Amino acid sequence: MEESSSQTKVTIPPNRGAIKEWASDQKVFKGVPWGKAMMWIFLVSDTFVFSIFLISYMTVRFSTKVEWPNASEVFGLHIGHYNVPLLLIAIMTFILITSSGTMALAVKYGYEKNRKMCAYLMLATAIFGASFVGMQAFEWTKLIMEGVRPWENPFGAPQFGAIFFMVTGFHGTHVTIGVIFLFIMTRKAWRGDFDTGRRGYFTSQKSNYEAIEIMGLYWHFVDLVWVFIFAFFYLW
Amino acid sequence: MAEDTQQHPLKIYFYVWILLFVFSAFSYWVDWYGFQGFTRWGLILLFMMLKAGFICAIFMHMYWERLAIILAILVPCFAILVFVFIMWHESYYTQLIRKIYFLVTGS
Repeated sequence: MEESSSQTKVTIPPNRGAIKEWASDQKVFKGVPWGKAMMWIFLVSDTFVFSIFLISYMTVRFSTKVEWPNASEVFGLHIGHYNVPLLLIAIMTFILITSSGTMALAVKYGYEKNRKMCAYLMLATAIFGASFVGMQAFEWTKLIMEGVRPWENPFGAPQFGAIFFMVTGFHGTHVTIGVIFLFIMTRKAWRGDFDTGRRGYFTSQKSNYEAIEIMGLYWHFVDLVWVFIFAFFYLW
Repeated sequence: MAEDTQQHPLKIYFYVWILLFVFSAFSYWVDWYGFQGFTRWGLILLFMMLKAGFICAIFMHMYWERLAIILAILVPCFAILVFVFIMWHESYYTQLIRKIYFLVTGS
């Protein structure tokens, strides 16, 4: 473990192609930090979870005899005399993309060992994420007040509520977990854990700026899932 | 370790950031303008894939990763497409059964 501190230069073997690396009897992902590889594998499994939700949505939407509610109207907001379609959802989409950008920059400044910029940008990401969750709570409240339940709703096919609460609820849970970890990582970055290599209280591993990239992978994934939910659930 | 491999100019992040905003605005505009049918679905899918591609490739640094890990991530996702195909047919079958049932019972 001592060798893997940030001071030691580890030479990454030349890329000899995917087949030779998979056929190697040492390790497959040469030069890829294990934490990052594990995060990617977790994200692949999470992709399956969200895919199954979206596939079940497709299945119930195609097989129902009742008309599917028009998301454009259901999620519209009244501003003055106008009914703006999907306004809140559009704002949520832009907020999540903004947070994805700040996270990408946090990773970049992390690798440059720019402690303050990294912490500021992660804090901004966490605040954007928290505001996203807040808007989602507002949206849930609005729909529940209008009588949307997992088993019925006044707009059309009863499956609409079940899919809405399950898909957006699961995504919102992911965002919430991400926000909590972003605050933890912001504190760690601000305190300089990644520069001093202070050991984490949970794993007792030395802290490293790689952790920011791993955090970033998770956060971008949350944004990625929203891209698919936005397209299939809200726009379709 | 990865300090040497995942450092990229600031410019590329801003380009992608702007592109993501533009694609999101376009996909919102698809709804605003009220496209219907295949034009709507085609445009939604196009902007969705572009956004997903850029987030994955640039923000998640997949473009600069080794082919071994890229394949480990992307190849399993084809199983999802197979599942989509199966359930797509399954849902039409379910709908047919429902229609027949409602026709017979007269509800």
